[in-house]
Amino acid sequence: MTTAPPPPLIELSGYSFQYRAQSAPTLHDIDLVVRRGEKVLIVGASGSGKSTLLSAINGLIPHHHRGTASGTLRVGGKDPAEVPLVETARVAGTVLQDSNSQFVGLTVAEDIAFSLENQQVPSAEMPARIERAAALAGIGDRLADSPHDLSGGQKQRVAVAGVLVDDVEVLLLDEPLANLDPASGRAAIELIDDLHRDHSRTILLVEHRLEDVLHRDVDRIVLMDGGRIVADAPPAQLLASGLLERHGIRPPLHVAALRYAGAPVRAEQRPARSADMDLDEDQIAAVRRWVRDGGDAAAAAADGAGGADGVGERAPALELEQLRCEIPVGPERSTLALAEVSARIARGEMLGVLGSNGAGKSTLARVICGFERATGGRLRIGGVDAHGWSLTERGERVGFVLQEPGQMISQPQVTEEIALGLRARGLGREESEGRTAAVLEICGLRPFRSWPVSALSHGQRKRVTIASVLALEPEVLILDEPTAGQDFAHYTEFMDFLRQVNTAGTTVVLITHDMHLALEYTERVLVLSGGRLLADEHPAVVLTDPGLAARADLVTTGLHELARRCGITEGHTLVRRFVAADRAAREVAP
Amino acid sequence: MTRTHSPVTQVVAIGIGAALFFVLGRFVAIPTPIPNTSINIQYAILAVFAVLYGPLVAALAGLIGHVLIDATGYGIWISWELASGVFGLVVGLLLLRNAIAEGEFGRAFAARFTLAVVLANAVAWLLIAPAGDVLFYSEPANKVWVQGALAFVTNTVTAAVLGLLVLSVYARTRTRTGSLSHEQ
Amino acid sequence: MTAPLLGYIDRPGPLHSLSGVSKLVLALSVVVGAMIGFDLRYLVAVSAGSLLLWGISRVRLRDLAVVLWLIVIFMVLNNIGIFLFAPGYGSELFGTEHVLLDGPWHWDVTAEQLVYQLAVTAKYFAVLPAVLLFVATTRPPEFASSLARLGVPYRFAYAVSLALRYIPDVQREFRTISQAQQARGMDTSRNVALGTRIRHLTSILMPLLLGTFDRIESVSAAMELRGFGRGTGRTWLVRTPLRGRDALVITVSAALVAVPIVLLVVNGGRFWNPFA
Ligand SMILES: Nc1ncnc2c1ncn2[C@@H]1O[C@H](COP(=O)(O)OP(=O)(O)OP(=O)(O)O)[C@@H](O)[C@H]1O
Ligand SMILES: Nc1ncnc2c1ncn2[C@@H]1O[C@H](COP(=O)(O)OP(=O)(O)OP(=O)(O)O)[C@@H](O)[C@H]1O
Ligand SMILES: [Mg+2]
Ligand SMILES: [Mg+2]
Repeated sequence: MTTAPPPPLIELSGYSFQYRAQSAPTLHDIDLVVRRGEKVLIVGASGSGKSTLLSAINGLIPHHHRGTASGTLRVGGKDPAEVPLVETARVAGTVLQDSNSQFVGLTVAEDIAFSLENQQVPSAEMPARIERAAALAGIGDRLADSPHDLSGGQKQRVAVAGVLVDDVEVLLLDEPLANLDPASGRAAIELIDDLHRDHSRTILLVEHRLEDVLHRDVDRIVLMDGGRIVADAPPAQLLASGLLERHGIRPPLHVAALRYAGAPVRAEQRPARSADMDLDEDQIAAVRRWVRDGGDAAAAAADGAGGADGVGERAPALELEQLRCEIPVGPERSTLALAEVSARIARGEMLGVLGSNGAGKSTLARVICGFERATGGRLRIGGVDAHGWSLTERGERVGFVLQEPGQMISQPQVTEEIALGLRARGLGREESEGRTAAVLEICGLRPFRSWPVSALSHGQRKRVTIASVLALEPEVLILDEPTAGQDFAHYTEFMDFLRQVNTAGTTVVLITHDMHLALEYTERVLVLSGGRLLADEHPAVVLTDPGLAARADLVTTGLHELARRCGITEGHTLVRRFVAADRAAREVAP
Repeated sequence: MTRTHSPVTQVVAIGIGAALFFVLGRFVAIPTPIPNTSINIQYAILAVFAVLYGPLVAALAGLIGHVLIDATGYGIWISWELASGVFGLVVGLLLLRNAIAEGEFGRAFAARFTLAVVLANAVAWLLIAPAGDVLFYSEPANKVWVQGALAFVTNTVTAAVLGLLVLSVYARTRTRTGSLSHEQ
Repeated sequence: MTAPLLGYIDRPGPLHSLSGVSKLVLALSVVVGAMIGFDLRYLVAVSAGSLLLWGISRVRLRDLAVVLWLIVIFMVLNNIGIFLFAPGYGSELFGTEHVLLDGPWHWDVTAEQLVYQLAVTAKYFAVLPAVLLFVATTRPPEFASSLARLGVPYRFAYAVSLALRYIPDVQREFRTISQAQQARGMDTSRNVALGTRIRHLTSILMPLLLGTFDRIESVSAAMELRGFGRGTGRTWLVRTPLRGRDALVITVSAALVAVPIVLLVVNGGRFWNPFA
């Protein structure tokens, strides 16, 4: 096995880039080589320059984003800055961070055909090629559908098919999992891996959901921080090195657990997946001891989280009774987005809402806030029937952070955006400024406070919307996918703050696809599927019920697998122990 | 100086601009105290497009958007659709040189914008639309003039007020070269 | 406003199976023909034809009820407007005056005025069903490719296609944004003064617009990455072949434009004068 390495397809050396508007470079001195047939994952904190790096490779820099670049960059032997965009695109196909804007056709088939149409391929030749690409991407049965009828995950597949139809060598994927439910996320990773292995595509992938990506093998992980590459190594080596934590990235949970147990995993043990990692006797013993000895701490942590006891007797914040919502989608047609959902949410509770893509989670939040009219049932907010309340009236009691940050941000500047709602509520200047400063700090936005929103990264924008609702201090807070696209360091910061406001009496509802988030922060979750309430249980119960988890497209985390491997029958005890250790570690080193 | 947009961006701006024009024109009518007249905010948006993307984009976005509104509502009425296009065209031509994209929005620009909007509205609603009605549809001249004058007044006021507001905010979202750094 | 108004109605009928090109030609000819012609007989004939098409199209009145109501109201208002402003316009056009009803001041109802206003109304009736039917029976993807086949530059045709693609998105976006802002206290209902309402309205318009500019950027980047605009032309996936029926429709369309031009000569003017 001493063949020469395949030639580099993408090559950056000493590459730096500074956006026109910035006073300092966003990318510093990047050295990166991607060879034919490799699969490389890029991770890094939000705002560390991952999307910018992809833009440099696919030529959007400088053809779409202006700024100054230095150093050398070669894609397929050519400098993307010097050839037209399409020429680079013939080598490297891009699936953008926002797959909705990539969907330009009126139907799936048309969108996949887009590139062929531009190359003036005769109409008669197109259907065969479309079908092949669609089958590869696993969307072959939806060719006649329009974008509005597809879920987030399906749109992602269309975007992949639209790139594959061209026989590109490299696929650049920017956060393809951001809004996918756990099962679709796995499916997407499997799809990408098939393309890599069976169709020998080179893959360059940016993603925050490291554990999900590692569900299938990658060749290397590139770790970015502050616009620099701080590590570029095979996954095993990087996971064992502890570098990820130091740069604000959460390693897969089982890796972190082994470290907390005092028996960190070594690179040669193949730590990427908890199911096929080599564990030695000492490690297993260490984990068992760690779980056993930490029983008290874990129990204490459980009490801290939301304080489940006595919830039943507390005054209700939200009461849903047989709530139903039909959304009209055309003449004489409507979809049933919510069907007879009943639940009671007590004041001061922290509650999770889980379920597949399109299960009706966002719709539930929208009905509570009055964005969508309930077509049946009853909703009480703070014990009072909310029927007939205006949006503004509901908004005074219930704060809602939407899934899509662009739909909330209306002011040019970060600070003004936060102050907007405060002003509409008629708060005094001093009070407003105090609250604004506080939430800026919590959401990690202080350095950007006078920046225009247009210069923020995707994750930073989402934090602006969270900050602007937190500042209003509502009785009930609903957050739709607050951690999507966020790095670990930032999300623990505002999640811990959320827990603080929760202990102070605010009711918090978290809509999320992140199972571990639900386990760590909530004592109770509602599981939706096809608009129906499947379960109203403790998150651990939900995860350990295979039938329920499958129906709701949930996937157990690596911790459960680790527990099984260590012969701990009650997987949840390990999870609790982990959460407690996690919290303790954070308190020591904030 | 004006940014020149690539032809692809222009095509997209026409398409999405027309969609925006359609949605605002079709669903967002703010009633006024005067019966049967509502504030048409889509012309303010068209003026903003004219400033940012140039006369051609605004003209075509206005034309397509208005044709779509009419094709799904009142039936094609060519003279008024043309007038929408001409409005975008004239505003764009009069404001070809501007530095809004660089974040510059001063009194001088505000004055120029207002003047351009008044002129463009005059051409569209006092000239093109009524003349077209008389020529194509043989409508009585005094009726179409009164209609045109009414449209002129309401559209001028909304386009000038709303357009300026939007542009002033937009200008502040634009950043000057090298202006951003982390603050402590 | 969640229910889409602009709508293809998926209920296959004879019109649905025609090629988009021939339907577009037909709709355009009706528009142009009705624009040129003011001969009441021609307009009535075209209106009858339009109604006939509606009958065989399998599009139900109910499908378009909202739109039709709007039109009726608009038409009534327009007629009232014409009568208020120019009650003598008919007599002016035809050169005679047969008073049917003696009204106050100059508002006498004359036969000439009735014929004239009838013609104006018939124009509406001729054009409207044809255009609505075209919209209701043509799949949006065919819109753009039909335009391109008629010789319209492909960039323009694609802009039309993009407009159709993004209308539902913009609509949904607008709704969500306005709700999110209202929930944060930016009331735009009648409960607040007009000035405040306008200020709050801009707080809705801004995210919509900023989002739109961002979207224009990212969509054009996505399109350029996929090779849009690299060639001088472009092929289209969706193109229904032209068949015998289409040829018939196109012939009829040509006649629809030719007839009013002939009538122009025959009548010695745009109007057919029943009083001569
Ligand atoms: N168009 C732009 N103009 C100016 N600055 C920008 C622009 N786009 C991004 N930046 C800045 O560059 C930095 C890196 O942004 P980038 O989008 O590459 O981050 P990212 O690593 O992809 O983050 P995320 O995970 O949140 O998507 C950010 O601090 C951002 O403020
Ligand atoms: N405005 C709308 N028009 C038509 N259908 C809609 C609309 N909003 C939601 N739906 C449909 O209602 C269902 C529930 O959607 P919802 O957005 O609540 O899902 P979700 O659980 O939040 O999914 P995700 O995890 O992808 O965000 C979906 O089938 C969706 O297609
Ligand atoms: Mg990014
Ligand atoms: Mg959702």
